[in-house]
Amino acid sequence: MDGINSLRNGPDEHGRFGIYGGRFVAETLMPLILDLEKEYRAAKVDPAYQAEIKNLATHYTGRPSPLYYAERLSKHLGGAKVWFKREELNHTGSHKINNCLGQILLAKRMGKTRIIAETGAGQHGVATATVCAKFDLPCTIFMGATDVERQMPNVLRMKMLGAEVRPVTAGAGTLKDAMNEALRDWVTNVENTYYLIGTAAGPHPYPEMVRDFQSVIGTELKEQFRELEGKLPDAVVACVGGGSNAIGTFHAFLDDPEVAIYGAEAAGHGIDIENGHAASMTGGRPGVLHGNRTYLLQDKDGQILEGHSISAGLDYPGVGPEHSYLHDSKRVTYVPITDNEALEAFQLCTKMEGIIPALESAHGLAQVIKLAPTLGTDKSVVLCLSGRGDKDVESVGKYLGLLK
Amino acid sequence: MTTRIDRAFAAAKAANRPAFVTYLMGGDPDLATSQAILNALPQAGADVIELGLPFSDPMADGVVIQMAGQRALKAGQTLLGVLGMVEEFRRKDENTPIVLMGYYNPIYSFGVEKFLATAKEAGVDGLIIVDLPAEEDNELCIPALKAGINFIRLTTPTTDDKRLPVVLENTSGFVYYVSMTGITGAAIKSRAAVGEAVSRIKAHTNLPVAVGFGIKTAEDAAEIGKHADGIVVGTVLVDAVAKTLVDGKATDKTVSAVRELVADIAAGVKRART
Repeated sequence: MDGINSLRNGPDEHGRFGIYGGRFVAETLMPLILDLEKEYRAAKVDPAYQAEIKNLATHYTGRPSPLYYAERLSKHLGGAKVWFKREELNHTGSHKINNCLGQILLAKRMGKTRIIAETGAGQHGVATATVCAKFDLPCTIFMGATDVERQMPNVLRMKMLGAEVRPVTAGAGTLKDAMNEALRDWVTNVENTYYLIGTAAGPHPYPEMVRDFQSVIGTELKEQFRELEGKLPDAVVACVGGGSNAIGTFHAFLDDPEVAIYGAEAAGHGIDIENGHAASMTGGRPGVLHGNRTYLLQDKDGQILEGHSISAGLDYPGVGPEHSYLHDSKRVTYVPITDNEALEAFQLCTKMEGIIPALESAHGLAQVIKLAPTLGTDKSVVLCLSGRGDKDVESVGKYLGLLK
Repeated sequence: MTTRIDRAFAAAKAANRPAFVTYLMGGDPDLATSQAILNALPQAGADVIELGLPFSDPMADGVVIQMAGQRALKAGQTLLGVLGMVEEFRRKDENTPIVLMGYYNPIYSFGVEKFLATAKEAGVDGLIIVDLPAEEDNELCIPALKAGINFIRLTTPTTDDKRLPVVLENTSGFVYYVSMTGITGAAIKSRAAVGEAVSRIKAHTNLPVAVGFGIKTAEDAAEIGKHADGIVVGTVLVDAVAKTLVDGKATDKTVSAVRELVADIAAGVKRART
């Protein structure tokens, strides 16, 4: 247990991080959500459950993921040493698997026989389809029709893994619409279906649960860095859509004030362009959607905006409630990164380090590129390289004019 | 002090029939047409009116009501616009209760206290806010009760006997039993199960119990209305609006189509207990 002034104590018994979070769902789902919370509390202290997660992390995911010193990039930037926490090397190619393994074991404990999930970039969809294949559970993935088009490699992977991919045409056909449709399915099939939410958002206990499963990122990173450098890093950086890799990276450092923490939000075409970005904290205000109170992109009448980002994984008008809390408390600095800045970071990383980052992670890298030169060479900045960019090569190729 | 909602259910009971609750989306397909439909509902047989607040992300609604909300928003409808419809309706009708139905964010964005004051002033009697379960009663339910507006709670097949008291604690006006686990517009699987559920709820409360979701015809209304104190019809009425539109615009058939369907189902309501 952390101290009384710890930033790591949330959420409270009502699922709140300050005023954020909560359980804003239809009554049909309430009994299930209460049940899920009870089951999770029991699992959390069950050594057998924890041992199974640990075992799968080691032998299935490939943890711990390496902490890598990006030497060429560091020298090029001419400031702080830049490090990557290599979550893109996990099985399935992103951090998403950490959460999926934890939740699928929970679904099994609860006796659920069908899994549903939403996905934006397809990384969570792939990770969900993967664990469903491994644990022999049928799964349906809801994905916006626009995203189906721009993330085709992941759609194919999901299908090959045995998942049914349901394109959602409502709205702009992106992550928000996929989540609406998943919730509709859940309300209808609540009896046998487990909703495997991929980000640290949604009704309590999801934000807490997803954070716990992803916190392995920051916990490992802290140990690895101490072993290599004998101290704490000076800054940690991660991209924020819903914010699962970010909260997983940040959580271990919240009570270390000497560590600066940055979250990179998607500024799309620019933060001043209405509906042209997906930076909910920089460009939105608190509201209620998808089961929680949090910062949201919305018009003056409280209607939710679609938002835009080049990255399908960040193209979401909300953000996990714990981030909203950390934003208000100013513990974490959330910065907007445009499509173009992310594209430049994507190319720089690819050419200098031989690592193709996901466009999502490239937003975090763009912040590192701004930050590192302002710090001395004795300082260190760690980026959570949350996913690999194979899925993005086609859309980036189009942007760069490499494809007709 | 009795409210309009109390009186409407009492009057139906005195006539030995369930109350007929009708839903329309406020502002679909445009403000003037929607106002004309609203004004015509009591005459056509509606005892209680649910007026939908359009929302961009209606997570508990099927495609018919989703589209209606989109049409209303596209035509420029706002929360204030819906309250304006109620105010206009009240100029001619002091008796028919109006319950606003929707999602929390537009109200939260407007400001809870300001919303409640404006709604009370306009003549709103109750609220059904889908994404505010009992666990979030401090948000709007308690303030609404203080402002003299009923907060009508949904109970569902998943609300078991242990949970019912929690759900019913701050419910007032009537209880809305959702006949299925599902979204609006889906089909009822078992009418018998609905009757049992209504009895189960009535063992926990003296409030009238209205049943909604999946009631599409006069026959459904007559059948479900045997046991329920009220029946709620929504999706088919919204669909009746949609079917008369040309290029998304209202035609001279729009208002009459809804009026005729309401009158037809009202006949089913009247024979429910004969």
